[in-house]
Amino acid sequence: MHSFSLGRPMPAASRRSVLRGIGGAAVLGAGIPLLSACGGSGTAADPKTVSLGSNASDAVPKKAFAEIYAAFTKQSGLTVDVNTKDHNTFQEQINSYLQGTPDDVFNWFAGYRMQFFAAKGLASPIDDVWQKIGGNFPEAMKALSKGEDGKYYFVPISTSLWGVFYRKSVFKKYGYEVPTTWDQLVALCKQMKKDGLVPFAFGDKDAWPALGTFDQINFRTNGYDFHVELMAGKASWTDAKVRTAFDHWAEILPYHQEGAVGRTWQDAAQTLISKKAGMYLFGSFVAQQFTNKADLDDLDFFPFPEINSAYGQDTVEAPTDGFMLSKAPKNKAGALKLLEFLGTPEAEQIYLKSDPSLVAASNKADTSSYTALQKKAYATIAGAKHLTQFMDRDSRPDFTSTVMQPALQKFIRDPKGVDSLLTSIERQKKTIFASA
Amino acid sequence: MTATTNTGTGTGTTSTPGTAAVPPPDNPKHVTKNQAKRLRAPLGHRRLLTRRDRTTLGLMAGVPTILHVMLVWLTALASIALAFTTWDGIGFDSIKWVGLDNFKELFTNNPQFWPAVEHNVVWFVVLILIPTPLGLFLAVQLDKKIRFSKVYQTAFFLPVVLSMAVIGFVWQLVYNPDTGLINNLIGANEPGHYIDWIGDPDLNLWSVLIAASWRHTGYMMILYLAGLKGVDPALREASSLDGANEWQTFRNVIFPTLRLTNTIVLVVTIIEALRAFDLVFVFNKGAEGTELLSILVTNNIIGESSRIGYGSAIAVVLLVISLAVIIPYLIATFRKERRA
Repeated sequence: MHSFSLGRPMPAASRRSVLRGIGGAAVLGAGIPLLSACGGSGTAADPKTVSLGSNASDAVPKKAFAEIYAAFTKQSGLTVDVNTKDHNTFQEQINSYLQGTPDDVFNWFAGYRMQFFAAKGLASPIDDVWQKIGGNFPEAMKALSKGEDGKYYFVPISTSLWGVFYRKSVFKKYGYEVPTTWDQLVALCKQMKKDGLVPFAFGDKDAWPALGTFDQINFRTNGYDFHVELMAGKASWTDAKVRTAFDHWAEILPYHQEGAVGRTWQDAAQTLISKKAGMYLFGSFVAQQFTNKADLDDLDFFPFPEINSAYGQDTVEAPTDGFMLSKAPKNKAGALKLLEFLGTPEAEQIYLKSDPSLVAASNKADTSSYTALQKKAYATIAGAKHLTQFMDRDSRPDFTSTVMQPALQKFIRDPKGVDSLLTSIERQKKTIFASA
Repeated sequence: MTATTNTGTGTGTTSTPGTAAVPPPDNPKHVTKNQAKRLRAPLGHRRLLTRRDRTTLGLMAGVPTILHVMLVWLTALASIALAFTTWDGIGFDSIKWVGLDNFKELFTNNPQFWPAVEHNVVWFVVLILIPTPLGLFLAVQLDKKIRFSKVYQTAFFLPVVLSMAVIGFVWQLVYNPDTGLINNLIGANEPGHYIDWIGDPDLNLWSVLIAASWRHTGYMMILYLAGLKGVDPALREASSLDGANEWQTFRNVIFPTLRLTNTIVLVVTIIEALRAFDLVFVFNKGAEGTELLSILVTNNIIGESSRIGYGSAIAVVLLVISLAVIIPYLIATFRKERRA
């Protein structure tokens, strides 16, 4: 299945969702136009009900959201009619869903794709809501919630984070230090290899994890501004700067786990859990694989080391999930109330209790119940000068899924062919970005 | 189809088992034509059709025709039209005419397109060269009335019953680089020794083809077994009386009588090669080395990427290839029917 990561897959995404995806694909194949009819809950404009399209299909987030909606009902007297769809199916059907009769409020992600729907008129601006909840969020989150026209379209609820994950006990056993510069990182890789460890666990069968590695290396090498331009299709992939980033990647690629294109990220995570690998550059949702409490307590991370001192470690990749308002909500007043509630620290706290791999988007949420890992992630995000989402949230999804995913899989296997690869990426990018 | 021809007035087309196994695309019309004849027969010459007959006929011919036109022709024509446009799937006003740009892009810039065409061809060649003779071999052995024949038949045919998605999933477990059966047996799951059956483009197509052949062999076996059951035992007897050995009998007597079965096998295998999709999609989503046209269509159209014009262009290429294969076959079949 076309597994869209968008930076944060649901737990145990692999097997079930593969089969589900096939089902979804079959349904889509049967008739794309018919699907638009499957959206919406169909309830007439009942002033006491707000409908909500949710992608929280897994048990834990589903239950957490249900608690939030129950709290909302208690506070406002409005019922939330939740229409939950499988996480991947929701993403695959989003185009037709939003064009049909979508629910009043729907789950989505911050970044390019949110702005795209806003620009296409498939979402409504919610500046009124932000006048009330604005104080709950740091500046970086506010910027993430705006469309290209400067209006707000999005209420963030939770954030994950990409970094280099490792086990404290392994670092202690071999006396490793957390690297903060590129040279230290390369030296650490060499040492780990000597000690019989796989320096970097790596699995790219799903084709999106490598996008995360590229993001880290690129914004450390070329800075946030260039990364944004590259993602927006403005900067060229044949630029010498991109080549430098790939050279850096090629330098540490031999220290990555072999056979990555055939390995799922879950299997790669197992290598870290079993202490065969020293590090894993991944999203914080890797913690979901640490089912044993003792292992989870042993898990720690550090931000990807500095490559260019001009940029240091100023950028953090923090994919953010939240809610949007559809183009013509049946119960707009109620929907706005719900969005306002979702933007409060209480709503966030209810949600975060459910998933220790995430942190709150709001800076007002109570952090006292956070685990050590969550506290560190929160501090890292709060201290970041720039936040990015993830390549497939920051750029056009057609470009990332049909061009970048296969291209990076190719690079991982054959780093020497990088020049022709970059030329090919640039040529394909031009066509895709030219088609508005 | 065979049922209707049997009850026909004698003028109905004689349906071979071949065309029964692979119904031609205009099947509904055949059925209604035959049924029309059947309805007409008892009424004789006195009057043509009652109003009720006409309504029934109209519905029987009309409903399938409408469905066929809507679901097959309109969608096919819409895909062809869309292949010359660019469209993100949002609102009909965003469809833009781009002429041949999609095809130009496809033929010159898409690094996955030509490998995909090649893999579809390789898929066909491999299925014809390995599982087909193997299926024939098994069928010949099972046709000899050996003990437990039914058990063997069931065992070999079982993979055909499984869905392709399940087959892909099962084989993916066998090939998994870390925990898979093969790498564990040969000790190739250690750093420095990895054999990446799923990700390595020099290997993965063959890994997936083994899985496809595993299934296809059973399919071919059943087709040939049916063909062999239809061979007149007198032929065998005559051949052995003439002093032919087993191989000679098979080569010169049995195999030539299987000509019709061979045609079906060829058509089925071509179809299998062109529609190859589910197995690979589950296996590794068509990563480098296993690109297929069907997967490129899916990746471009389904989901968020929504390059509908571009994906349609790939679908049109697939359509053209299918037509190039199916048209000569249909011409040959019709010619045969006319002669008969």
